[in-house]
Amino acid sequence: MLLFVLKRLLYVLPIAFGVSVICFTLVYLAPGGPESALIPDNTPPAVAAQIREAYGFDKPPPVQYLLWLRRVLTGDFGTSITTRRTVISEVMPAMLNTFKLAGGAVLLACIAGIALGTLGAYRNGRLSDRSIGAVAIAGISVPQYWLGMVLVVLFSVNLGILPATGMGETRSGIWDQASHLILPTLTLAVVPAGLIARSVRSTVGEILNQEFVQTLHANGLPPLRVFHHVIKNAAPPALAVIGLEFARLLGGSILVETVFSWPGTGFLLNSAIFMRDLPVVQGTVLVLAMFFVLTNVLVDILQMAFDPRFKRARAATGAAR
Amino acid sequence: MDRRSFLKAGASAAVFPAVPSVGPVPARAATEKVMRLAMTLGDIPLTSGQPSQGAEGIRFIGFALYDAMFGWDLTQRDQAAKLIPGLAESYSVDPETRTVWTFNLRKGVKFHDGSDFNADAVIWNLDKLLKKDASQFDQIQVAMAGSYIAGIKSYRKIDDHAVAITTAQPDAMFYYRVAGINYSSPARWKEVGGDWNKFAERPSGTGPWMLEKLVPRSRAELVRNPNYWNKERIPKLDRLILLAMPDANTRVAALLSGQIDWVEAPPPDTVPRLKQQGMQIVSNVYPHVWPYWLSYTPDSPFRDIRVRKAANLAIDREGLCQFLGGLAKPARGQVDVTHPWFGKPTFEIKYDPAAAKKLLAEAGYGAAKRCKVKFLTSQAGSGQMQPLPMNEFVQENLNQVGFDVEIEVVDWEALRARRRARADGAENKGVYGLNNSWSIMDPDFGVMSVIYSKNAPPVGNNWGLYNDATADALCEKAKVEFDIGKQYQAIAELHQYVVDQAMWIWVVHDLNPRALSPKVKGFVPPQAWYVDLSSLDLA
Repeated sequence: MLLFVLKRLLYVLPIAFGVSVICFTLVYLAPGGPESALIPDNTPPAVAAQIREAYGFDKPPPVQYLLWLRRVLTGDFGTSITTRRTVISEVMPAMLNTFKLAGGAVLLACIAGIALGTLGAYRNGRLSDRSIGAVAIAGISVPQYWLGMVLVVLFSVNLGILPATGMGETRSGIWDQASHLILPTLTLAVVPAGLIARSVRSTVGEILNQEFVQTLHANGLPPLRVFHHVIKNAAPPALAVIGLEFARLLGGSILVETVFSWPGTGFLLNSAIFMRDLPVVQGTVLVLAMFFVLTNVLVDILQMAFDPRFKRARAATGAAR
Repeated sequence: MDRRSFLKAGASAAVFPAVPSVGPVPARAATEKVMRLAMTLGDIPLTSGQPSQGAEGIRFIGFALYDAMFGWDLTQRDQAAKLIPGLAESYSVDPETRTVWTFNLRKGVKFHDGSDFNADAVIWNLDKLLKKDASQFDQIQVAMAGSYIAGIKSYRKIDDHAVAITTAQPDAMFYYRVAGINYSSPARWKEVGGDWNKFAERPSGTGPWMLEKLVPRSRAELVRNPNYWNKERIPKLDRLILLAMPDANTRVAALLSGQIDWVEAPPPDTVPRLKQQGMQIVSNVYPHVWPYWLSYTPDSPFRDIRVRKAANLAIDREGLCQFLGGLAKPARGQVDVTHPWFGKPTFEIKYDPAAAKKLLAEAGYGAAKRCKVKFLTSQAGSGQMQPLPMNEFVQENLNQVGFDVEIEVVDWEALRARRRARADGAENKGVYGLNNSWSIMDPDFGVMSVIYSKNAPPVGNNWGLYNDATADALCEKAKVEFDIGKQYQAIAELHQYVVDQAMWIWVVHDLNPRALSPKVKGFVPPQAWYVDLSSLDLA
C-alpha cells in the first residue's frame, strides 16, 4: 500500500512540470503579453521599457520560465503584477472559498445522486427509473450560467429570500453567510448530481443482476441487509466519480463564481487571465493541478481500502511470498 | 469537546469566509447611511496612491481617497467637466522658458492620518514615481502613472507651500497630466515600515473618503473624511461599500433584490425591467466615442477621403441608438457637438446612404466591385458598450451602400495589443479599421495622441498612421498654447479639421447609464468618465 502511494505521488512531479510549461506557454501565446494589461494606453515607451525590465518581461520567455521555476522550487510563487500581493496569498483564500462551494456542492450532489441512482436501479425499467434518468441527463446538460441566473431571478429578485451575490459579511452573522452559500452551491451541484446518479444507477443495476445478490435473497437475508451488501460493492466506482467531481470543482467554476461574484479560484483565474497576470495564472493553475492529482491519489487509496478485492489480492500476494 | 459542539464549530468554520479582511473591523452603527455600489471590475483597484484598472479605478478609488494638484469639476450636468484647483490653489508657468510650472499649495490640508500635506509631501511623492533609488520608489505606481509623469525633467521645493516642476519641453498639455498624480502620505508609509503592500491595506491620502476595510477581490469599505479640506465635498453618506461584480447580469440582479444601491453599466435590455421596479436610470453624454480608427497604410481603401466620408454617411446612428435603448447618442466627431472642442466642421456626419453610394461610386466602387474592408473589434472591454451587436449593425449599414465588411473579434487585451502593433504591423495585415472606444477627457490623450503623425505606436496612439501636415501643425499649435481659453479654440480648430477630413468613422457616444436604487439622492451625472461620490445621499 505504501509503495503504491509513493509511486502515485512520484507521478505528481512530471505532471507539475508539464502543467507549468503548458500554462506559461499559453499565456505567452495569448496576444498582448503579460505586461499589456499592466501598462496603461498612453504610457511613454521609456516608462514601458522600465516596467518590462523591472518585472523581467524583457528576458526571453524560456529564461523567464526557468527563473520562475527556480523560485517555485523554493516555495516562492511570485507576486501578482496587478495587485502586488503574493500569489500564495491570492490563491489560498480563493481555494478555501472554492472549497466551501465545492464541498457543499459535492455533498448535495452525493445525497441527490446516490439516492436517485439507487432508486432508479431498484425500479429498473419503470417510469420512475426513466424519469430519474431524464432528470440526471438534464442535470448534466443544463448550462450552469443560465441555471445560476434563473435561481437568482427566482429566489433573490422575485421572492427576495436569498441574496444574489457575494459571500456575505462576517459581522452579519452565520445565517447571512450561510444564505449566501445556498444558490451557488445548488447551481454547482446539479452537474455532479447528474453524473453521480447515472454512475450509481449503472453500477447498482449491474450489481443487482449478479448471482450473489440472488443468493443472498434465497438465503433469506432481509432486503435491508442485501441493500447493505449492494451498496458496499457499488461504493468503489461511485467513489471514483465523486472524487473526480470534487477535484474538478476545486478548480473552481469560472461561470458560477462569476455569476455569484464568489471570490474563489474560478473568479481569480478569470480576472487573472483577462489581466494577463501571469504569476497568478501560473501559480493558480499549478496549485489546482496538484490538488487534482492529490485528490485522485486519495480516491485511489480510499478505493483500495473499501474494495475487498484489493485486500484479497494483497493478502494473496503476501501468502505467495 | 463533545460531538455536538465539534459539529457546531465545524459548521461555523465552514461558513466563515476564508478571505481575511484587512484593517480593523469596527461595528457598524445602526443609524449609519451606507451605500453599496457594484463595480464592473473583478478586483478592488490599487489603493496605494495611483489606482489600477483604468478609469473605473480612478473613479472609485483614486478620486475617493486622493487628490491631485487639480481636480475635475464633477458637479455640472450640462457642460463638459473641466479642471479646477485641487491641492494647488493656483499655478503659473514661467513665460520665458514655458517649462517651469509653479504650484502654490493649499494650506491646512491634512492626510487621513493627520499629518500635513505640504511641499515635502509633494517632492516625496514625485520621488515615489521618478527617483529609482528612493526607498519609497514604487514600480507598480509608476506603471499606473506613466503617462502623467511623462515629460517631467525635474522638480524642487520652493518653500513649504510651493513647488516647481520643470518639463523637458514647453508642453501646455502638462496641465492635464498633472491632474493624474495623486499624493500618498509619507507619514503613513513610514508608519507601516515602508511597505507599500501594508500601505495599500491602510492607505492615507487627502481625499473625501478613507478606506476602513479591504477584502481583496471582493469589497472595499470607505468611510467619510469629516476633516476634508473642501467643506462642500465632505461626503453626506457615512459609508460607501464598493463591490467587485464583473458580470453585468449579476449586478442587475443584486440591485433588483435590494442587495446593492448602484450599478455601473447595466445592459440596455435590462433597463425597462429596472425602470419598472422603480430604479433610477441615470445617464449623460461624456467624453467617450465609439469609432472605427482607420488605417492609412498604402493598401487601405480608407486613404481615399471619398471612401471615408461614404462610410460615415452610411451609418444609421439614430437607428443604432434606438437599438441600444436610447443609451447612446449619435456621434458627429471625436467629441459631442456640445463640447467646447467641437468647432465648426463643414462635413456633416449624418445618415445619407444615397450620398454614401454616390461617393463610393466616384471612388470606383459599386455593385460589381465592392469595397472590401476588415474591422477588428473585441467582445467586451472598457467603453466598448455592446460591441458584437453594434458591429453587426454597422456592418449591415455599410454593406448596403457597397462595402463588404468582415469583422474579426478578439479579446480586449488582444485588441489593445493589436492597437500597439500599428496598422502596418504584420498582425494587422488586411485590417483597415479598429473598433476601439476612446476617452477624450484630456486633449493630449483623446485628440492629439491619435492624430499627430509623430504619435505612431509605441510613442503614442496613432494606430492608423494618419499623417497630415495641417493636422500636425494644428496639434503643435495647441500643444504650446498655455492660455486655456485659446487652447480650447486651438483644439476646436484641430477637431473641425479632422472631422472635415473624415479621419475616422465616428459612430456613437456612450451615455454611460447607471442604475440607482430609488433611495439614492443627490447624484449629478457629469460629462466625465469620473463621478463625485460626495454629493450622494440616501432617502
